[in-house]
Parts: sequence; structure tokens; C-alpha cells
Amino acid sequence: MVSRKQALLEVKGLKTHFFTEDGIVPAVDGVDFSVAAGETLGIVGESGCGKSVTALSVMRLIASPGRVVAGSILFEGRDLAQSSQEEMCDLRGNRMAMIFQEPMTSLNPVYTVGEQIREAVQTHDRQISDGAARVRAVEMLRMVGIPLPEERYRAFPHEMSGGMRQRVMIAMALSLAPALLIADEPTTALDVTIQAQILELMKDLRERVQTAVMLITHDLGVVADMADKVAVMYAGEIVENADVYSLFREPLHPYTQGLLASIPTLASTRNQRLNVIHGTVPNLLRLPPGCRFAPRCPKAMDICRQVRPTLRDVDGGRQVSCWLY
Amino acid sequence: MNSEQSTVSRDAKAVASNGKVLLSVRDLKKYYPIRGGLLRRTVAQVKAVDDVSFEIKAGETFGLVGESGCGKTTIGRTIIHLLTATAGQVLFDGQDVFKLGGGELKRLRRDMQIIFQDPYGSLDPRMPVGEIVGEGLRIHNIGDPKKREEMVRETMSLVGLRGQYARRYPHEFSGGQRQRIGIARALVLRPKFVVCDEPVSALDVSIQSQVLNLLTELREELGLTYLFIAHNLAVVKYISDRIGVMYLGRLAETSVSERLYEHPMHPYTQALVSAIPIPDPTMRRQRIVLKGDVPSPVNPPSGCRFHTRCPQYIGDVCKMVEPQLVEKEPGHFVACHLY
Repeated sequence: MVSRKQALLEVKGLKTHFFTEDGIVPAVDGVDFSVAAGETLGIVGESGCGKSVTALSVMRLIASPGRVVAGSILFEGRDLAQSSQEEMCDLRGNRMAMIFQEPMTSLNPVYTVGEQIREAVQTHDRQISDGAARVRAVEMLRMVGIPLPEERYRAFPHEMSGGMRQRVMIAMALSLAPALLIADEPTTALDVTIQAQILELMKDLRERVQTAVMLITHDLGVVADMADKVAVMYAGEIVENADVYSLFREPLHPYTQGLLASIPTLASTRNQRLNVIHGTVPNLLRLPPGCRFAPRCPKAMDICRQVRPTLRDVDGGRQVSCWLY
Repeated sequence: MNSEQSTVSRDAKAVASNGKVLLSVRDLKKYYPIRGGLLRRTVAQVKAVDDVSFEIKAGETFGLVGESGCGKTTIGRTIIHLLTATAGQVLFDGQDVFKLGGGELKRLRRDMQIIFQDPYGSLDPRMPVGEIVGEGLRIHNIGDPKKREEMVRETMSLVGLRGQYARRYPHEFSGGQRQRIGIARALVLRPKFVVCDEPVSALDVSIQSQVLNLLTELREELGLTYLFIAHNLAVVKYISDRIGVMYLGRLAETSVSERLYEHPMHPYTQALVSAIPIPDPTMRRQRIVLKGDVPSPVNPPSGCRFHTRCPQYIGDVCKMVEPQLVEKEPGHFVACHLY
């Protein structure tokens, strides 16, 4: 259900561009969305659509040659786009946390996982003693379902499997009890049975801690399972915004329609031809003048090739960026 | 509808080819030694594939699914003798693959090809695409240069690549196009049998469906037999006639595709099927969430290898006795003490 709660995070007109030798790459090019407290927003799209850059922009973790060039990122009433790095450091690992796709590279290899969680606990609660923080860290490890948490506290990241490491990342992120958790492809590197464990864990914790989640993924199955609202991205833009039920019942944008029809599901008959979106995503350095999806769109009209559509409200509290509506 | 017709013709073909086994894998084992100590002696073994048997009929697609480290890729590579088996036998068209000498093996390689997962790592970046696709023809001394160029162009157009791309280099292509190059390279020798090792895992959904359609069309057109290896069960079900589910180097269950999803019998298969995220938010189902991780293949659990995580563990028999694959309904084999 679409929640009517006040937005915790409200992003407006966000543009993040990369200034490369070959030219300016508009990785995120005017994106609007909002997330309310306790709500899960799924951001879906294929490689290079700008979904990860959107997440990193919200965290203000964009490194050179990239830069947030326009837009506002209102989080709890404060504009992060205007915040100093000090203010950001205070928010990150406190009110907002992020988990990444590759849990090996995002943990520090020379500290035990327990120490890393303890550090997170102490960042959040500066009054807590070392001993008490340690107890909390062990508690977090137990909460995310790591067997023998007292022993695993002393383990180094390389001594753990991918699923275990992702649990550690989640334990660390949630020991902060953040208002907003950004999860960038949190289960993509994991096997399906481990993915199932992690998704159940995230749901359970979301209920207990009431954290809002921005879930970035290319997997429409994961989105259907986890999200309340969905934003579909294509070539740096959001092409459709809807609650999860409406989106899957009646996708409006031809790109969303194409995506949903091209996944083989367990229900699809053997050897039945899969729907295909012809062509490939455009090079962001040479974008077509009109709608960015027009060259691949089966329903493209003349106007689509000339004028860029904007995200507009349509019935049912949904938004779509397409000349058909 | 067109698609229905093709399904019907395929079933008819499957019936026609009934009986003729193209590939037969018997008690296949592949162990990797772990060396240690001063003398680099073998101190332990990774049992990547441990006693696996199955057959593939001509014109059939056999899917192998399982999670990382279950041995599915090792099986594919051992069958076509890219890796040397530790024990067991592979019969291809009646010939014992592991007993063939240099010349005979080379001849056989024309009939058995492989498509790799990584479209970035599996193409030589310094070779023009035409050379990559045509390399097999050169190695096997087929035709003169002119004839070879013709065959390369023909195969490229078969997989949907324009002939003039032959002079370009791999980096000029997108992931989906690179995978087409990999497919063209495998098909230029017109093999009978192709191992498809996770051919669409590295691709985006919209591109993935293009490649899956292409593989299906090529199978019809060229009468190919596939061993299709993947971790995505929906993809495997879509393309395969029969499926084998692997866990820790062994087959847990094999069955006709439809039946495996309608009625999975092995508790591991049940968990796998229930874990697939379904792109439909109205589907609320009970997920079987397994405890813990896959154990190490260096020291697999005794008895049934799945007993440490099995939600339907029935007692000592699971811990002590290794279950064998037994046919529990026509064409449906399960290795589990429950049945």
C-alpha cells in the first residue's frame, strides 16, 4: 500500500554528472522520488541506468570526476546536497547507513568483524563503554542469525562466506538503528537459498526497527517481494513511479512492460518465445534528443523522437514519463 | 500461436529421437588436490564432482542447476575433456572420450563445444572478432582462407551479428553482442553438442531474453543438443527438457523440467524452488529458508550431504547412509531417504 506518511527522504531534480575525458556523462539526470518512514522503495533498472549513482548521491559518496550538479536531497528536513562533509559524516553511520553488493570489499580485512560492529555501535552511542558495546555487537551478530556469535566476533572477514559477510554488513548497518538504510544490490552476489535468508532477515529487522529502506536491484522478483513502492530507471531517468501492486498489475511505461515480459518465470512455458526489448541501452555521451527509450520502443511516435517527456502524474497516484499518457 | 507450434514440433522431435543417447556420463569424479607442507604433498582433496551419472539424448537439452561450488561447471568442463577426470567414463556417440588419443580427441572436439559465462574474459582482446570466430576452422584445417571467411560470416549472421563486424575487436561490443560472438565461435564448427556454462548470467534481463531466444532458435535450426548449466532455476526450466539438481558434487534429483517444479521431491530442490523470487507482489508464499551455508567440499558431511541443513531430517539413516538416485516415478530420480 502507498503510505501517506510524511516523507523521510525527498529527492527533487537530482542530477549527478561525471566529467570524463570523453565528455559529460549524465549518469543521473533529473530524478525525483521520496521515501516515507518505515517504507521500502525499490529502484530497479539495468546496468548503467544510474540506480547505484542515485544511491551514492543520496549518501554524498560521489567521487571525482563525478559531482552532484543540481537538485535537492531533503532528509529529515535538511538538504544533504548543501551539507558539509562534516555534517554528512555525522549522518552516515548514524541516521543513514548503506550496504553494498560486494560484502568482501566493504569490510575492513585487517579487523575482526566483531570489532567493526563494535565501532559502529560506539559511533552511534558515544556514551557506551567498550564492554557494553562488545555485548551489543555479539547481540547484533546473533540477531542476524550468525551461529556461535561469541566465537564469530573474533573472525576476520576472509574467514567467512559471502552470505555471512553480508549478514555482518547488515548487523553493522542496523546496530546504528538508522532511519534510512540504502541497500545496493544486497543479495546479487549470493546464491538463491542464501538470498532468501538475507531477504527474510531484512524484512524481519525492518519490522522491528522501523527503518525506511531504499533497495536498489535489477531483480524484479526481489522488488516484488520486498518493496512498497517502485521507481523504474532508464538511462539516468526515472521513467515510472508506482506502488508495487499497480506496477506489476499494470505497467504503464513501455520499458517497464518490456522488462516484465522478458523475464522467464517458473510459470512460463518451455520454449515459448520470450519477449525481447530490441537494441541496447543508449550511450550516455550520445543520448537521443527525445525520449531516451524511443529508439527501442515498440510504441514510439514522432513526438517521442523529438521532445523529451517528463515524469507526470497519472491516475492512481502514479507517475510515468511517456507521451502515451 | 507460433510459439505453441514450435513447442509441439519440438515434442514430436523428442519422441522421434527417443532412445538414441548422445552423451552418457558414468560415475564421474573430479577431485582437486590441496597440497601442503614442505614436499607439496597432497594433504586433502576438494571433491568437486563425486560420482555423478546421467544421460542426454540427441536433440535434448539437459539443465544442471545448483549453487556456487556444487560442481556444475566442473562437470561441463570435464565432459568435454577440458579438465581431466579423476575417475568415471563419458561416452559420446558411443566413443569413450577419456580413452581417445590426440588426433581422435581433436576430431571429437569438432562435435563438442562450449559457451562460457563471462563474455568479457573469454574473448582475446587483441584478436579481431572474425579471427576469434574462425580460429576453430583454422585449427581443424577446414577449407581455404576464403572458404573460412565465408563460413565465419555465415555463422555470424546466424547469431545476429553483421558480417562487417568481423574486423572489429571485442571491446567495441556490448555484453550481449559479446555473448553472441562466443556462441558463433562455438557453432562455427557445426558441433552436435554444446555445453552452455551460465551463458546469460552476466547479462541484463532485456539482453538475457535475446540470447535465450537465440539459443532456442539455433537448437531448432542446427539440431543441437545442449548441456545447460545455470544457477537461475527459472532460466533453466525455460530452456531444458530435463533437469538435474546438484548439491555438493552430487546429483540430488533429476526429472523432466515441468515435473521438477510441480512436484520437487528432494528437500533441497523444494527449498531451491521456494527461494526463487517471483516477480508478482500478490504471490505470498511460504518460503523454506535453509539454515547455514553449504559445507566445504573438502570434507563433505557423512551420509546424505544435505543432512546438516535438511528441514526434513529423519534421523541416523541420513547421517550414516549415502542415498542413491532411485527412480520414484517414471523419469523422476531422487536421492533421499524420505522416499
